Amino acid sequence: MKSPLPYHILPLGDHALTIELGNSIDASVNQNCIAVFHQLKQAGLAFVKDIIPAYASVTVVYDVTAIRKEKPSAYLFMKEKLEILLAGMDLDQPVSHRKIEIPVCYDLSLGIDLQEMSQEKNMSIEEIIQMHTNKSYRVFMIGFLPGFAYMGSVDEKIITARRIQPRTNVAAGSVGIAGEQTGIYPLDSPGGWNIIGQTPLKLFDAKRENPVLLEAGDMVSFTAIDINEFHIIKGSI
Amino acid sequence: MSIQIIKQGMADSIQDNGRYGYQHLGINPNGVMDPIAATAANLLVGNDLNDAVLEMHFPASVILFKQQSLIAICGADLLAMINDVFVPVNTPIIIEKNCVLHFKKPLSGARTYLAVKGGFDLQPWLGSYSTNTKAVAGGFEGRNLKKHDEIRFRAAVQKYDAVLNGKDCEILQWKASVKNFYAAGNILRITTGSEYDWLNEDAKKLLLSSSFTISNQSDRMGYRMKGDNLAIENKQQLISTAVTKGTLQLLPDGQFIILMADHQTTGGYPKIAHVISADIPTLAQLNAGEKIQFNIIGQQEAEGILFDQQQQLQQLQNACSFPLLKFKQQYAIN
Repeated sequence: MKSPLPYHILPLGDHALTIELGNSIDASVNQNCIAVFHQLKQAGLAFVKDIIPAYASVTVVYDVTAIRKEKPSAYLFMKEKLEILLAGMDLDQPVSHRKIEIPVCYDLSLGIDLQEMSQEKNMSIEEIIQMHTNKSYRVFMIGFLPGFAYMGSVDEKIITARRIQPRTNVAAGSVGIAGEQTGIYPLDSPGGWNIIGQTPLKLFDAKRENPVLLEAGDMVSFTAIDINEFHIIKGSI
Repeated sequence: MSIQIIKQGMADSIQDNGRYGYQHLGINPNGVMDPIAATAANLLVGNDLNDAVLEMHFPASVILFKQQSLIAICGADLLAMINDVFVPVNTPIIIEKNCVLHFKKPLSGARTYLAVKGGFDLQPWLGSYSTNTKAVAGGFEGRNLKKHDEIRFRAAVQKYDAVLNGKDCEILQWKASVKNFYAAGNILRITTGSEYDWLNEDAKKLLLSSSFTISNQSDRMGYRMKGDNLAIENKQQLISTAVTKGTLQLLPDGQFIILMADHQTTGGYPKIAHVISADIPTLAQLNAGEKIQFNIIGQQEAEGILFDQQQQLQQLQNACSFPLLKFKQQYAIN
């Protein structure tokens, strides 16, 4: 049985539209977004320049001028095309997720906020590491930086608000927590997440054919490694 | 052959019309800030309209030409000189080998574009020549240009001796008139955003009646505006969605940012409005300290204005291709 997909389409400026599929951070809403994203990509719609899934929405960027050569309204044309596609979509099919394991070194030299978190939460550092490595996380969306994955949700005991003073530079590979989300900085960047460790993997590498390691919909788990393993893996990449 | 940067500009980079198809990976489009000026520069030299150009700000790069070239400078008028000869914007120019292009003074606009006939010999990254400074990819080594950088030309060497006749440069006798592409009086047209209705009635009035100043904290990522605080009634947290060029994001302090070419792909601030695509070139040519006002129009109208603009650009290309063809025939140039 196909269940109707609740959605709402609205313009984003004069050259894009957003399909809203919910208004919360929720795995099943996000699952629908990822399914819509993949099916739209597969449909290979003409005039589409970008399809961008987010937590609870999918945005489609299109070529207004090219559509206007044939149709009176680019927005209405795209909206109608999408409505037809959305009506025919089967979202109840089981979906396969890529399962990705990311080695993380939680050494205090790299997990520079672990000590503070441990004091604040009255938990040992080992407990924090155990909670972070204990479950797998959904990549809800990619944004902020090339390849920056917003993942969730962490155990409520290690939910930690963003730092009041963001750092001017966080090292590439740093693994952080912000609220209930966890993420990895793909590049050196300013940032306000609480840094608990670092992965030796490159989340972003412009020279790779696919420069970005994680994509929306992936399921990610973290494995603790020690500082020696960290340097060995880092040296081999 | 090539050009060489002999003095570094403020933030000069290689750009084209942007890198699309990768925003789902957090890789934003980048691209020229003013697509009209960049296109005009390309069409004046007979390039593909999406060829890579050099985007420059004042103080701009000082550029040595290591071969004779057909070039055009469009966008901001930074009082360009070739050696000691003033050269105009929006006009094709032949420059002699070993001459230096430099810029004396910002007269109008914020960004100027240099196109060379045949384009630059660079490797595209993910289908585009635009520079992504965050990813350190695209353009010239993924960064802004600095002293000693040498950018090679793609096209075979042309001989312009007969045109130059011993001079440092020759200003050709036609122009690309682009004035009409820019909105008059710094009044930009906007469409409403998905959180426009979060603004209270006073804020809605202020958005249209007040002027907003482009602050010093403005760059290729976005323009941070200063003006009356816009209050919202709805204080609920938004979850991040995609944003786009021209989006007005309302910050918690009641001020807003207008997203420009290097914007992030997603954002979680209320989207109160969007500058229409056809007015992005106008905005791109405004400097910090300048004031703008807004006028709301409908979605359909915005599309129509963009379409008309593109049609006019096509006409401009046609109009400029004829004298270029005649010129090439006259001097038996490819």
